[in-house]
Amino acid sequence: MTGIVGYGVYLPYWRIQRSTIGSTLGSGGGKGARSVASYDEDTTSMGVESARLALKAAPSGYEPEVLWFSTSNPAYLDKTNATGIHAALALPDSVGAYDVLGGVRSATGAARAAGSGGAQVAVFSDVRTGLPGGADESAGGDAAATLLFGANDDAIAVPIGTASVSAEFVDRWRTPGDQFSKVWEDRFGEHAYVPVAEEAISRALKSSGLSSGDVDHLIVTGLQARAVGVVRKSFGAQPDAVADDLTGQIGNTGSAHWAVMLADVLDRARPNQVIVVASMSDGCDVWVLRTTDKIVGYGDRRAATVRQQLASTRDDLSYASFLTWRGFLHREPPRRPEPERPAAPPSLRMNTWKYGFYGSRDEGGFLHMPPSRVSMGSGEIDHMEPVRMADVQATIATFTVDRLAYSMSPPVVAVVLDFDGGGRLQCELTDVDPTAVRIGDRVEMTFRRLYTQDGVHNYFWKARPTRGN
Amino acid sequence: MASRGIRDQVAIVGMGCTNFGEHWDKSADDMLIEASSAALASAGIDLPTVDAFWLGTMGSGLSGLTLSRPLKIQNKPVTHVENFCATGSEAFRNACYAVACGAYDVAMAIGVEKLKDSGFSGLVVASPANDGTSLTVTAPASFSFLAPSYANKYGVPDAELKDVLTRIAWKNHRNGALNSRAQFRKEVPKETIACSPLIAGPLGIFDCSGVSDGSAAAIIVRAQDAYKYTDKPIFVKALSFVAGPASGPMDPSYDYTTFTEVVASAEDAYRQAGITDPRRELAMAEVHDCFTPTELVLMEDLGFSERGTGWKDVLAGVFDLDGELPVNPDGGLKSFGHPIGASGLRMLFECWLQLREEAGARQIASIALGKNKALTHNLGGSPGACVSFVSVVGSALD
Repeated sequence: MTGIVGYGVYLPYWRIQRSTIGSTLGSGGGKGARSVASYDEDTTSMGVESARLALKAAPSGYEPEVLWFSTSNPAYLDKTNATGIHAALALPDSVGAYDVLGGVRSATGAARAAGSGGAQVAVFSDVRTGLPGGADESAGGDAAATLLFGANDDAIAVPIGTASVSAEFVDRWRTPGDQFSKVWEDRFGEHAYVPVAEEAISRALKSSGLSSGDVDHLIVTGLQARAVGVVRKSFGAQPDAVADDLTGQIGNTGSAHWAVMLADVLDRARPNQVIVVASMSDGCDVWVLRTTDKIVGYGDRRAATVRQQLASTRDDLSYASFLTWRGFLHREPPRRPEPERPAAPPSLRMNTWKYGFYGSRDEGGFLHMPPSRVSMGSGEIDHMEPVRMADVQATIATFTVDRLAYSMSPPVVAVVLDFDGGGRLQCELTDVDPTAVRIGDRVEMTFRRLYTQDGVHNYFWKARPTRGN
Repeated sequence: MASRGIRDQVAIVGMGCTNFGEHWDKSADDMLIEASSAALASAGIDLPTVDAFWLGTMGSGLSGLTLSRPLKIQNKPVTHVENFCATGSEAFRNACYAVACGAYDVAMAIGVEKLKDSGFSGLVVASPANDGTSLTVTAPASFSFLAPSYANKYGVPDAELKDVLTRIAWKNHRNGALNSRAQFRKEVPKETIACSPLIAGPLGIFDCSGVSDGSAAAIIVRAQDAYKYTDKPIFVKALSFVAGPASGPMDPSYDYTTFTEVVASAEDAYRQAGITDPRRELAMAEVHDCFTPTELVLMEDLGFSERGTGWKDVLAGVFDLDGELPVNPDGGLKSFGHPIGASGLRMLFECWLQLREEAGARQIASIALGKNKALTHNLGGSPGACVSFVSVVGSALD
C-alpha cells in the first residue's frame, strides 16, 4: 500500500446546536453541535472543496491517475458523481473517476483501492440525515475529506500494517429511495461489532509488529457509538493517545469521519509516530500508519487545520433552516417561477466554465468571464488562453440582497466581483449574513449546487467570504 | 459611423393609450383593439388606411398575427419586434423609418403587454435552454446594484440615498395621482414609501414600477402630410437606439453608477435633434424609471444633472411637475405602470398630450411659455448590459 502524501478536510460553514432540536421538538437533541451542509451543498460539492484543499497542499509534481469518490449519500444514482468532482478539479480527462457508494464501509474500500499503487485521490463525503428528534439526526454531521496517496518518498504517513474483517449482520439499513436509515437495538450492535473490531485491530497490530502501547494516536470510528466506545477502551492505548472524535463539535460524519479524524491527528502529529485508524462498518477496517519527516513541512503547505476550520464555522443555525435545507420541511416559496433545469447540451459545451471555472484571457490581458470568443478590447476572434479562476480571490464591487428571487434559503445575496489580477463576475454570495455585506469585502470561490430541478443538480461556483482555508 | 436621423421627416398624427393596471377582465387582444381604435380615431382615419404595422410585445404573443388576428388586418405587413423593456420604442422607431423612406404613407406602431396572467410577482422572462451558470436574480435586484455603488462613489450616506430614492417614488406617485390612465392614482406619503417592505437591497415595494397590463399606439405619417390629419402634429426630431456589448458584468472598469448605453443613445439623439443643453431646451422628459435608482442615474446619463449631483437635484425638486425640468409628469413606470411592450409608446403618449396642451391637471406650464420639445427614454436589460432608446419629439418644425 502506498503512503499518504496529502490531505484536505472540508467542514461546512454551518453547525447547529443540538439543544435547538430539543427546544423545538420538546425532547431529543442533546449537547454540543453537529455540522450541517448548507442548502447549496451536497456530498459532491463538499467533496470538491476538500479535494481542492488537498491538491493545493500536494507535493510538487503530484499528478493523480485515479480519483475515487465514496459516500453513503450520493447526489446521483445511475450517473457517476466522481466525474463531477473530477471536472470541478479540472483534472486531465485521462484521470479515472469512479464512485464507491453505499454504507460507510465503502469509504474504507475506496481508500484501499486508492492506496493500491501510484498517485490516486480518495474523496470521502457525507450528509447524514435522520428522522426529526431521532439519534441519527442529532448524532450525524456533514463533512468531506480527501486523502492523496502516492510515492512513499513524498509520504507524510506510510502504512506499516493493515487488516480487515468483513461481517454480515443487520445493525443499520436503508432501502434505496428512503431518506432515513433504521437501526436495530443498540445493545445488539455492541454485541455484533465489538469482537469483530477487536479481531481486526489485533491482526493489524500483529502485521505491523507493534503492540497497543506503541500507538501514539488511536482513531476508532463507526456509526455504532456504543461499540466504538467499548473498543476505544479495550484497545489499551495510553489515555492521551485516544483521539478526540469531534462528535461533540461536528457529529459523526459517516463516510468521511475516519478520514476527518485522521486529518485532525495528522495536523498535530510529529515525525515517526504511530497512528491506528479503525473504522467499524459491517466489519472493521484497520490501518497502522507511521508518520515521516515530511510531515514537518506539510504544515506550511496546508491552508488550515481541521481545528482552524472548525473555528471559522458558526453554530447558530436554526432548526427550521436545518430541516428546510435537508428538504424535510416544505415551505411556501416566493411567488416566482422555479428555476429552469440546466440543459445538458449547453452545459457540456460550457463544461470548462461550469465546472472548471475557466475564463478566457485575450492578448491584451483582458479576462472574460464567462469565457468569450471575441475579445472585449480588440474584437479579435479566438485569440484567447483559458485561465482557471477557482483559486483566485476577489473583492466585492457592488452587491444586493434579493428578497423576491426563488431560493431554498432566501434572501439571495448577489454580488459583483472583481478578481485579483483581472476578471469580473456577477454571482451569488453564500455562507454570509446578508446584513454584513459591504463593498470592498474579500471573497473566495466555492463549488456549490445552485438548485435541483427535475432531478438535475445545477452545479456551479459561488463566492463566500474568505475563510482562511 | 453615420447616424443621420430623420429630424422633422415624420410626425405622429394620432395616439391612443389604454388605462394601465391589473386588467383581469381584458386580454391582450382587447387592449390592442382599444389602443389601436383610439389611435385611429385620434388621427381621424380607419384601419384600412394604415399601410403597415409594427407590433411591440415581449411576451404576449409571437409574430405579426398577434396583431392581425384580433384586428382582422387584411394581408398587410405586420412586424413583431422585441427589445426587452424598450420594445414599444423599437416598434415606433422602425415604423418611423418605414414612413421616412417612403415605403409607406401611414404606419401604426403599437405595443402591448399582458403581464398579470402569469400568476407570479414581478416580471417573468423565459430564457433559452442554458447551462444554468448565469446569475438569476430579479429585475429589482439587478437594478439595486446601482444604489450602493452610487452612494459609495459620491459619498452619499445610505440614509440620504434612501431619501433621494423615496423622493423619486413620491414625485412619480404624485404625478400619477393626476393621471386617470395610471395604475396607481394616489399620492403616497414619503414615510410609507421609505418603510415599505424590502424587495432588493435598499429598494422597497414602492421603489419598483407597477406590474401591469396595457397597450398604446401611434399613427405615423410623413411630416409634410401631417396637417392633413391634425392641427397639432408632433414631429420626430431624433430617434436613437443602441445595444451595448453587455460588458458591465465582466468589465471591472464599469462602476454601476451609469448606463453607458444611455449616454451613447442620448448623445446621438441630441446631435440628431440639435440639442446642446437638454436641461434648458426640453420642456419635459419621460424616462425609464423601472426602479428609483434607475431614474436617479438617468438624470446624469441624459445630461440633466452633472455627474454626482443628480441626487441633489432630485432633493431640490428640479424634476417635479412644477420644477425646472419635469420628469415623468404622467407618473412614469412607477405610477402609470409598466406593461413592457406598451411603455415606450406610453411615454410618447404623454409627450403628445403635453406638447398639445391636453394634459389637464398635470399640464406643464413651460409649454404655454414656448418650450416645445420633449424627450422619451426607454431601456431594457440591466445595469452594464442593456439596450437604450432616446427620442426627441417637438410640436413645431425647426
